[in-house]
Amino acid sequence: MVLELYMDLLSAPCRAVYIFARKNGIPFEFQFVDLLKGHHHSKEYIEINPLRKLPSLRDGKFVLSESVAILLYLARKYKVPDHWYPQDLQACARVDEYLAWQHTTLRKSCLRALWHKVMLPSFLSEPVAPETLTATLAELERNLKLLQDKFLQDKAFLAGPHISVADLVAVTELMHPVSAGCQVFEGRPKLAAWRQRVEAAVGQDLFQEAHEFILQIKDISPADSSTKRALMPGVRAMLQ
Amino acid sequence: MGLELYLDLLSQPCRAVYIFAKKNRIPFELHTVDLLKGQQVSKHFSKLNSLRKVPALKDDDFVLTESTAILIYLSQKYQTEDHWYPAELQARARVHEYLGWHADFIRGTFGVMLWTKVLAPLIGTQVPEEKVRRNRTALEEALDKLNARFLGNKPFLTGQQVTLADIMALEEMMQPIALGLDLYEGRQQLASWHRRVEAFLGAELCEEAHGPIMTILEQMACKTIPIPPPEAHPPMLKRLAKIP
Repeated sequence: MVLELYMDLLSAPCRAVYIFARKNGIPFEFQFVDLLKGHHHSKEYIEINPLRKLPSLRDGKFVLSESVAILLYLARKYKVPDHWYPQDLQACARVDEYLAWQHTTLRKSCLRALWHKVMLPSFLSEPVAPETLTATLAELERNLKLLQDKFLQDKAFLAGPHISVADLVAVTELMHPVSAGCQVFEGRPKLAAWRQRVEAAVGQDLFQEAHEFILQIKDISPADSSTKRALMPGVRAMLQ
Repeated sequence: MGLELYLDLLSQPCRAVYIFAKKNRIPFELHTVDLLKGQQVSKHFSKLNSLRKVPALKDDDFVLTESTAILIYLSQKYQTEDHWYPAELQARARVHEYLGWHADFIRGTFGVMLWTKVLAPLIGTQVPEEKVRRNRTALEEALDKLNARFLGNKPFLTGQQVTLADIMALEEMMQPIALGLDLYEGRQQLASWHRRVEAFLGAELCEEAHGPIMTILEQMACKTIPIPPPEAHPPMLKRLAKIP
């Protein structure tokens, strides 16, 4: 039974897991759960993950949710190169520190930037108050500054001289506001250079492939009213 | 120099770190960063940790923030008993799975009551009723998920033994409990889990760690509580604004 990864590349955490698995040659079956069609609310998916979130992993009888847990599980099980999640105590702690910080900060900002700028108005035809968008973008600015000044500083990668899962998680999140048309890397040469390094380390082709869908998000057609009704409560909860 | 921990026991993640270090007899120098006195914005602390957050760890020159990272670091460095952060692949994954969910649904939600009942009034403001209601709903929903999705019929959140997940969760629960909420009304399984974790940690350690938060309302009533100085207000107001 091959490993199954339940994902939708619309989701940043899914992109991180996808890139990690592909880059490390981990064999898996991509189980597409179409978020915009509400398939995460389907009976089949609820059985996999009653919390209806992506990504999920199924390894035989073992089902796991939460992207960080999945990344670390894959790293350890498939004995990937050490730099992804180092054995060294302090190097590992730096990765853990970033992974913990980003949950309630950068990740939230990036998610809100995408949904407040593009998804709510264009896909769900739900107007977003200008003050809301302004506040979201201001918070994104603050978190980008923290990412650059507190985490990256003058290092090549977030946790040290080599790429780790922290970089994958960060860069895939940043592609959300990039795709929404926000100025993320412009005017931030350190972050821009870091992004190039991460892309080079991952491989341009794989990086582009993982981001093909999100990069076109501004062209998305509006959802029909029944889809909108099905998705709105979950979206509201997600953006709280 | 040795290990230094920068903590305020009013903070849930600080208590988790404190309890873990004490329970495992990890020697450390405690530096109390009194949040009510605004010490987290002091020049001295900002130099150590530009994020001005607690808990923070300093091990010689190595400075680390984020309670999860600190707990994992301590467990590995001091080789604590396996059950805290099991080496076994799937057991460890379950701890990370819980901590991931906790970051989104527990953290930020369970601390709001301290803000509404104590911290906001202390700086002369108040949390709007709508937000208080919304927070109560979020809290109840999180408790239901904690019970159904994580605890279930197990003795502890991720299995048969106490892990980092249980102490992180326990300390978040203490916040509304200390503020007078009957958190476990109609939730016997969670109440039993809480007692089980406290029994494992030991009454003495729990009393020590929970002392400051448990007396916070009394301090308010007796007006013995420190009033945050003006320089502490901006970050507090920012935090208040983030309450959904």
